Amino acid sequence: MIPEIGHYALILALCVAVVQGIVPIYGAAVGDSALMSVAKPAARGQFLLVLLAFCCLGYAFAVKDFSVLYVAATSNSQLPLHYRLAAIWGAHEGSLLLWVFILTIWMVAVSFFSTHLPEAMRARILGVMGLVSVGFLLFMLTVSNPFERLIPAAFDGRDLNPLLQDPGMVIHPPMLYMGYVGFSVAFAFAIAALLGGTLDAAWARWSRPWTTVAWCFMTVGVAMGSGWAYYELGWGGWWFWDPVENASFMPWLAGTALIHSLAVTDKRGGFKAWSVLLAIMAFSLSLLGTFLVRSGVLTSVHAFATDPKRGLFILVFLAVVIGGSLILYAWRVPRVGLGGGFSMLSREGMLLANNVLLVAALGSVLLGTLYPLFLDALDLGKISVGPPYFDTVFVPLMTPAIFLMGIGPLAQWKKASLPELAVRLRWAFGVSVVTAITLPFILGQWTPLISLGLLLAIWILTTAAVDLRERLTHTDGSSLMGRLAALPRAYWGMALAHCGVALFIVGVTMVKGFEVEQDVRMNVGETATVGGYTFRFDGTEQYRGPNYIAARGTIHVSQGGRDVTVMYPEKRRYFVQNQTMTEAAISPGLLRDLYVSLGEPLENGAWSVRLYHKPFVDWIWGGCLVMALGGVLAISDRRYRLAWRRKVSDVPASTQMARQTVS
Amino acid sequence: MSRFLLPLGIFIVVVGFLAVGLTLNPRELPSPLVGKAAPDFSLPQLHDPTKVISSNDLKGKVWLLNFWASWCGGCKDEHPVLNHLAQSGEVPIYGMDYKDQRNEALAWLKEWGNPYSVVAVDEPGRVGINYGVYGVPETYVIDKQGIIRYKQIGPLREDILQEKILPLVRELQSQ
Amino acid sequence: MRWLLLIILLILIPSFAVAEEARPLAENPQVEARLKTLAVELRCLVCQNQTLADSNAPLAEDLRREVREMIAKDMSDREIIDFLVARYGDFVLYRPPLKTTTTLLWVGPFLLLGAGAAGLVIALRRRQKKLGDTTMTLSEAEHKRVAQLLSEGVNRP
Repeated sequence: MIPEIGHYALILALCVAVVQGIVPIYGAAVGDSALMSVAKPAARGQFLLVLLAFCCLGYAFAVKDFSVLYVAATSNSQLPLHYRLAAIWGAHEGSLLLWVFILTIWMVAVSFFSTHLPEAMRARILGVMGLVSVGFLLFMLTVSNPFERLIPAAFDGRDLNPLLQDPGMVIHPPMLYMGYVGFSVAFAFAIAALLGGTLDAAWARWSRPWTTVAWCFMTVGVAMGSGWAYYELGWGGWWFWDPVENASFMPWLAGTALIHSLAVTDKRGGFKAWSVLLAIMAFSLSLLGTFLVRSGVLTSVHAFATDPKRGLFILVFLAVVIGGSLILYAWRVPRVGLGGGFSMLSREGMLLANNVLLVAALGSVLLGTLYPLFLDALDLGKISVGPPYFDTVFVPLMTPAIFLMGIGPLAQWKKASLPELAVRLRWAFGVSVVTAITLPFILGQWTPLISLGLLLAIWILTTAAVDLRERLTHTDGSSLMGRLAALPRAYWGMALAHCGVALFIVGVTMVKGFEVEQDVRMNVGETATVGGYTFRFDGTEQYRGPNYIAARGTIHVSQGGRDVTVMYPEKRRYFVQNQTMTEAAISPGLLRDLYVSLGEPLENGAWSVRLYHKPFVDWIWGGCLVMALGGVLAISDRRYRLAWRRKVSDVPASTQMARQTVS
Repeated sequence: MSRFLLPLGIFIVVVGFLAVGLTLNPRELPSPLVGKAAPDFSLPQLHDPTKVISSNDLKGKVWLLNFWASWCGGCKDEHPVLNHLAQSGEVPIYGMDYKDQRNEALAWLKEWGNPYSVVAVDEPGRVGINYGVYGVPETYVIDKQGIIRYKQIGPLREDILQEKILPLVRELQSQ
Repeated sequence: MRWLLLIILLILIPSFAVAEEARPLAENPQVEARLKTLAVELRCLVCQNQTLADSNAPLAEDLRREVREMIAKDMSDREIIDFLVARYGDFVLYRPPLKTTTTLLWVGPFLLLGAGAAGLVIALRRRQKKLGDTTMTLSEAEHKRVAQLLSEGVNRP
């Protein structure tokens, strides 16, 4: 009964979505306020309906209703409750429901936080989001119904993949989807602007906070995916340039380019056409990611079970949405006027150079990901494109972007002076170069890549310090604290996000340059020394979990005679799928991780054990979190808080005239 | 106007490739050995381990080499097709028992039938690697000069046999 | 008798105090290190996108064994890679070889960068020209109005 209610709720949601997609946009085109006002209640109604459907599916999982095919396929009677609920998005159908649910959450957010937008704009934005929702709901109801019944009901379920029975499963997909789907808001803003014909700096100003929020979630989502792979997969890798990983990274790159280009469009009114195109690109890459993961076109450990029928549906949907947007773009954008002029050497110029580099990097990742498919489709053979390619290509493209990260914030708008910049930056440059060359020797090993990594990280930090000092001297205020507080949050957000990048680079450089690994056979009582730490193997014992049985090893770690920690790596066998899994033991630290995983049991209670010392590895994800925090700070800037409180009617009529296109 | 159509143009090309991609199988790996000499092997026979079967013995005739194992599910699926082909006697089938146990292999053949003229035993899987085998069952068509002419990845189906393999075999036999 | 036992125990105690150092898992660590550098760039053919180094699949173990033997036979990296490519094709390499079919792949990123940079410069030049053609000049009265508006600020409701 409950699954049927959920199913019916989805059908109703589809009807509401159709109305939401068509009526407000038509209303905006003809200027009918009554039709436009359908958007808000439609969005909120859709949210409630999809929420109902989501809860119905959750209920089916909670009560272990194995007469629902999806529940039988991804759950089990022995699966603990929190994983049963996480299993809602454990496979294709449920994850689509999560996608739509999050889309409705964003719709509701837009409906609440858009009071400062003109009505026509809001109507179009919600309308576009409604159209996207139509596509996904239709997809679910035709070929991917999570509420499909299994008659007769299964006695017990097939269980959630053991790799997914982990806290990461509870948080990573929702975070990631908040990002993916969040870019639909930026996309909707862009399409709304194209539809309305008003493409100006105001559009950029309204669009920025939404884009930044989506970008924050995307950053956290991708970082979590990487962190989860690190501790889950057992060999300490954290990024493989796998097609699905790339599918999440490309929208992130586009989103990063977009927040930078929106800064130019907002401040100087320039490059509107480019910002619109980037907004379309970011969401298109989200949709492309959805396609790649579910269609079976590329091989990946992260891919859902595939079905060409589903792939075809998504491809057609993709073609319609993106093709339609790009046609609209080509048609409307030539009429858009130019903003203020600026020279190549200026803050705008550098922000746009950053865009060029980010988009080139994005294009390279896309090229590498799809190239095997290109060759196979042209019958030119089968190749693999993996980390060696991406690492070789990505680093040279990102390095100049990071140099610009140091110079851009200090450059003047419109026209900057190169000699003047050089003077202001010479201290930062000198310190960075000297430290980058000498530090690796002190740390024990010098390679060009380690030096480069340290150079980039220290460059970011020193230039950020120079920027801060300059701003403080130009700010009025008596005390240091007062002047620090007077600096706008948007600035702090940028500074923090950039420093997050520096932390990330430090983490990557140090781990790749100084990581130590040892593969040893350990009898009970034997020790091994890795990275200055001594690991003593104290044997294994049997341990029974809720739905698995494990051999749990005990490893005492000491350093210089002092006890540091005890670690418990496990080798688990999950009953239902009869799958063996390695659960690595990690001792995290600010400056290093100790990582231990059990290999195979040998004779006499001995085991093969893999021991790692990974310096600074947590800075990789710490840096990403700091980046996201920077984004959050930027959104909490005063001008946005004021804007949300101010309604459209407060804006005097004369200034509304300013929103005409410059022809 | 034209430069604004560029993104659309690129997109259409990409979608075209993705559409073709839906019809392809990214995990299927065609063999680079087709058209090259079949790697030599000299292995003990399954039914009589004292005797040796060597690829050189088979020069001068067209033959099929079928990699199989008793633990392989797909091999069961294709076995009726092989049995039928063996009965017709059109082309000899030689089996390569890949990474298997002798008694299990013998029992398997007893239960499902033995279409093979001779079965060679590749217990460590080295000959398999030389032939570029990555999963069983896989079947090779080898001509009179010992050149590999065709590789079938996965279970042999009746329609593939009739449409691709038998015509090729007949053509090679007439040379 | 008890004294004898005590003496034996006293002799044996020191050996309990010193923990045994674990031996490396591999027979030959140098070979293993070389295997690792190679295996990280080779693909496990039966996995869903994993390296030969990381996979536990039977075929992966067999291939690692083959590579180990080739290293022990003092074959060069090039020879080992050629051996595998002869049998499995370029698919087995995660670093795509530079051939005519992969030229676009390797050159593409830098072409993209070049095209992007060129596009940016051209767009900027075009915009400078366009703006140069239509620079507006304000009349005296308009200048005064601008000053007045600016001084009033945006404090009006």
